[in-house]
Amino acid sequence: MTRTMYEKIWDANLVHEPEAGSPLLFVDRHLMHEVTSPQAFEGLRLQKRKVRNVHSILGTIDHCVPTKDRFNIVDVIAKKQVETMTANCEENEINLYGMNSNQNGVIHIVVPEHGFVHPGMVVCCGDSHTATHGAFGALAFGIGTSEVEHVMATQTLQQKKAKTMLVKVEGKLPAFSTAKDIALAIIAKTGTAGGTGYVMEFAGNTITDLSMEGRMTLCNMAIEAGARAGLVAPDQVTFDYLEGKEFAPKGKDWPVAVEYWKSLVSDEGAEFDAVIELKAEDIAPQVSWGTSPEQVISVTGVVPSPSDFTNEVKSQACASALKYMALDAGQKITDINIDIVFIGSCTNGRIEDFRAAAELLKGKKVAAGVQAIAVPGSFPVKVQAEEEGLDKIFMDAGWEWRDPGCSMCLAMNGDELKDGQRSASTSNRNFEGRQGKGGRTHLVSPAMAAAASVAGHFVDIRDWK
Amino acid sequence: MQPYIKHTSIAALMDRSNVDTDQIIPKNFMKKVERTGFGINLFHNWRYLADNVTPNPEFELNKPAFQGAKILVAGENFGCGSSREHAPWAIADYGFNTIISTSFADIFFSNCFKNSILPIVVTDEQLAELMAEIAGNEGVEFTVDLEAQKVTTPGGLSIAFEVDAFRKESLLEGLDDIAWTLKHEEQISAYENAQKKRLPWLWPSA
Ligand code: SF4
Repeated sequence: MTRTMYEKIWDANLVHEPEAGSPLLFVDRHLMHEVTSPQAFEGLRLQKRKVRNVHSILGTIDHCVPTKDRFNIVDVIAKKQVETMTANCEENEINLYGMNSNQNGVIHIVVPEHGFVHPGMVVCCGDSHTATHGAFGALAFGIGTSEVEHVMATQTLQQKKAKTMLVKVEGKLPAFSTAKDIALAIIAKTGTAGGTGYVMEFAGNTITDLSMEGRMTLCNMAIEAGARAGLVAPDQVTFDYLEGKEFAPKGKDWPVAVEYWKSLVSDEGAEFDAVIELKAEDIAPQVSWGTSPEQVISVTGVVPSPSDFTNEVKSQACASALKYMALDAGQKITDINIDIVFIGSCTNGRIEDFRAAAELLKGKKVAAGVQAIAVPGSFPVKVQAEEEGLDKIFMDAGWEWRDPGCSMCLAMNGDELKDGQRSASTSNRNFEGRQGKGGRTHLVSPAMAAAASVAGHFVDIRDWK
Repeated sequence: MQPYIKHTSIAALMDRSNVDTDQIIPKNFMKKVERTGFGINLFHNWRYLADNVTPNPEFELNKPAFQGAKILVAGENFGCGSSREHAPWAIADYGFNTIISTSFADIFFSNCFKNSILPIVVTDEQLAELMAEIAGNEGVEFTVDLEAQKVTTPGGLSIAFEVDAFRKESLLEGLDDIAWTLKHEEQISAYENAQKKRLPWLWPSA
């Protein structure tokens, strides 16, 4: 019997499949942040239960942290969340890269930096962008707080088997198109619910040509297509990235691990429940125009009209998005002016993202009236960027160079859009109010964001000087 | 957990698709370390005017006819976006215990069952019929019978729905998931011991 990678990971982690009841899946790694964990710890305490495998957990504090003056958390309840997380981790001896750690940053950036996730693992976190770690060929997905408690107490999850979807991308990407643009183009094709019930495996030579960071960006957005998780088969790129990292297997374990990881890739001829294919050549830099990540178009396009959609639900959604976004059907994407530019988040807050943006910002200045903020995903990213002199390029161009955190990705830490403000953002969600009540978000890649900051509106970076 | 009991209650209509968890409970109201008290901020950005306290008369759930509703009927892909369980907490705290739609986002769907909320998946036509009945008779009460897996309405609709047998039983009895799983302690330990041999580097060296 041939099996897909998902099925192999499922089989390897299946603890028990009772006749009546739910299959139990073993959880190898459990990631944690301050917003979705406090109620789970409280639940454990009330039931007098213990954390089963402390070593499987890695925590960080990221959502509530201000990126300017980071210790000055003004919101008292946010402050309480941070204190509660710190106390819970101390009490349970959980490894926390907390407020005082020079390794602190956004959970999905920090975890790979330490080699904490390996191919074949089942990884969960009370956070939907856990899908990021699928880049390593790990089955990684978000869970609710009750499940966080369940994993802490039992090291397992009650899970139903998902369907599998193969997303194949072949060919060479046009200049300046990135993993972010691939992700957005896939969502445009599947819709935000197209992946519901599926685990997506990304394959094809465009995908294998991506760096680990690019693969993380892609898998990070799998959830925006509704998928339970995204996966990329582990290969030499994966192994090279992991080798030598803190939690990677060492010494005589390393070759044994690599052999095992190699065995995880989908068998030749394995059957998927659905297959979609994209040609890399068709993926120009993307810009979202609406309030859902599927409402996206290439930078050469125009804002669509509700009448462009035959599906009534989508047509209605288009009309209400245009109203919220204050855009007119037929408007050229490159005519949309922006107020704020944000580069950061677990989607695009890694070193390669800042390099790509800096490349475009060299010797340039931010347009009058535009505020631009760069938020490295973690302290190691920040330090690396500063060693390369990227911070200077950003600041010389008029950007603010901040400390790590989730920042404007979800605006619960002081960084946010004001009512009616419009952003070019490298984050992952353009939902109504995601970046602040009344704020209007356009999702783009780091290079597109950098160019927009200088021009004051979106530009096709391929013919921009 | 509260057992889910057969009930007849007002069904509120929310004719929107892709209602995401950022709308259900905006993140600025997630900063609590308890599970309770989120209901007052359910759908906050739609529900209140700019002063953040006055109910927005244009928001559907503010209609007098929908007050006290336990059933929410909404468009496709309900609960997409963030994994926050604060969303079902807010929904339950507000008073809903049933959501009917054509599809739900995965994480939200399983979060519902952990909070005594029954998400019911119906077909496009069934949803249209249910929505039409509410629209034509706001304040109408539907009956939800989980045991029989049926929704019935005064307008004469009788809709059978699917639900996973284990989840059904857990809801009906208000079972504690963790307690159920811990009954399999022996299998979990056996798995761990085998993994220590197979992938020793994942375990702290003794
Ligand atoms: S950066 Fe954004 S998406 Fe990522 S963990 Fe933080 S809030 Fe979530």
